Amino acid sequence: MSDITRDDVAHLARLARLAVSDAELDMFSGQIDAIVDTVSRVGEIPDDVPPTAQVVPQTNVLRPDATEPSLRRDVALAEAPAAEEGRFRVPRILGEEL
Amino acid sequence: MSASELISLDAAELARRIHAREVSSAEVTRAHLERIEAVDGPAESGVHAFLHLDAEGALAAAEAADRAIADGAPASPLAGVPIALKDNLTTTDMPTTAASRILEGWRPPYDATVVARLRAAGLVPLGKTNLDEFAMGSSTENSAFGPSRNPWDLTRIPGGSGGGSSSAVAAGETPLALGSDTGGSIRQPGAVTGTVGVKPTYGTVSRYGLIAFSSSLDQIGPCARSVLDAALLHEVIGGQDGNDQTSVSAPLPPVVEAAQAGARGDLAGVRIGVVSEFSGEGYQPGVLGAFTDAVRVLGELGAEVVEVSCPSFGYALPAYYLIAPSEASSNLARFDAMRYGLRVGDDGGHAADEVMSLTREAGFGAEVKRRIMIGTHALSAGSYDALYGKAQKARTLIVRDFTAAFETCDVLISPTTPTTAFPIGERADDPLAMYLADLCTIPSNLAGNAALSVPCGRSADDGLPVGLQIMAPALADDRAYRVAAAYEVARGADTAPRIPELRALETTR
Repeated sequence: MSDITRDDVAHLARLARLAVSDAELDMFSGQIDAIVDTVSRVGEIPDDVPPTAQVVPQTNVLRPDATEPSLRRDVALAEAPAAEEGRFRVPRILGEEL
Repeated sequence: MSASELISLDAAELARRIHAREVSSAEVTRAHLERIEAVDGPAESGVHAFLHLDAEGALAAAEAADRAIADGAPASPLAGVPIALKDNLTTTDMPTTAASRILEGWRPPYDATVVARLRAAGLVPLGKTNLDEFAMGSSTENSAFGPSRNPWDLTRIPGGSGGGSSSAVAAGETPLALGSDTGGSIRQPGAVTGTVGVKPTYGTVSRYGLIAFSSSLDQIGPCARSVLDAALLHEVIGGQDGNDQTSVSAPLPPVVEAAQAGARGDLAGVRIGVVSEFSGEGYQPGVLGAFTDAVRVLGELGAEVVEVSCPSFGYALPAYYLIAPSEASSNLARFDAMRYGLRVGDDGGHAADEVMSLTREAGFGAEVKRRIMIGTHALSAGSYDALYGKAQKARTLIVRDFTAAFETCDVLISPTTPTTAFPIGERADDPLAMYLADLCTIPSNLAGNAALSVPCGRSADDGLPVGLQIMAPALADDRAYRVAAAYEVARGADTAPRIPELRALETTR
């Protein structure tokens, strides 16, 4: 098996900002271990094969550097979970004094 | 003309009658809204293709189309024809949820390019269709709002992720729909519901306004009940868009012309390759039987059918389940509870990163969490070379297999998916079994070429629809349409009705 442990999954969940429950950790650790074990088959491929990241033969697609309309502030804020004084209101950042 | 006749007509025929003013777009739209009302609910037992209906908006769009036609100026060949939109395409006038609690009720500030184009073409958006959450799945069972059901057997899945669009088209709730295909999410639902589903060449249909799952694989495409209808819709939505940097400048292949040419039923001089790897163990006998019949029909149309081997296609599934989750883990990082969508735990006691974690825990379903964590793992320093890096190398080998096969063949064919529609619940707790539904469709996402699924009769063992997949080189989508249209005509009508009756669901009015 790929040896993904329950602790590994807890670590991945922290990195991915997912506050998973203990019951989920039990379920996910077995499943993710089995999935990673299966997909690890790609390890058989020789190292000298070049990678393909995307299939469109285009690079550095740029538009002319001209001002174009963008979202109005009230439209951008309309679906915000919280807004104040024309800005997104967000919770405090960890470690800051209130 | 009766409402039941209107809902069984193809989009091309509906458009002809609407433009000849034999019937109005408003009447056609009302007939489909009535069909939806009759068979879509309740969510627990109906087809449940729609997450949101906009009857008022649809009738207003239909009346506008009727006025333009009365003035002698229909906006496009499909003006006045109803359409359903997968709910991962942004719409300013309807909520867009991606079937996730994290976006429940969200009203996007802009229309997706494809939505803007079909509005400009005078089509009539009916509503938003169900999907696996963020398009991650093969059955719609991962929708936060409950699964859609296969109109041919309501105990079975309609495919996924675009099972809402496929079931709506199959049930006669709409003649057309849009889907998005990252690993087969248009084609596999098309196959299991007996409808046509097309994944265009990557980059030929703008992804602007498609909620991103795996950006190097995602492609929007048409769902319909005929090959010509899919082609007509394809030409409405396709073409370069300055809002999508991966949008290609090459002209859109002439898919409508190809569908019309194919319908004349001559495939002389066309070389068709049967992918030998997509057969054998794991394939339902009835699916292989229907596929063998299709190969015979294609030969009778004058095509030369040969076997080709694509030995690296065996790496497609593992590579996909590394690349797609990796890109998803990055794309879904935007759901951070700060600018839009759900926010949980903002009570003054939790810091921003805790609010993010609580929100994502509450807002994402199990499959989305699994894929985010697999992607996070595949991209982590200790695993990147062995997992993500190797998956990208696998992608190169798959591109090479296609290149070699297309040197000797004009198109490649296979069953679209190894089995017919499986019962709801059968694979829900076994992600790896679920992933096998995409076995034959994934290579074309990894390589970016065009591929479609066209109905291929019924499986002899369970009577359910089977799909024939036709793959064409990048920017040669027209070849797939030509072969599909020829096959569609040669196979003739199913002995089964065009759309299911669904009498048990008809509400008494």
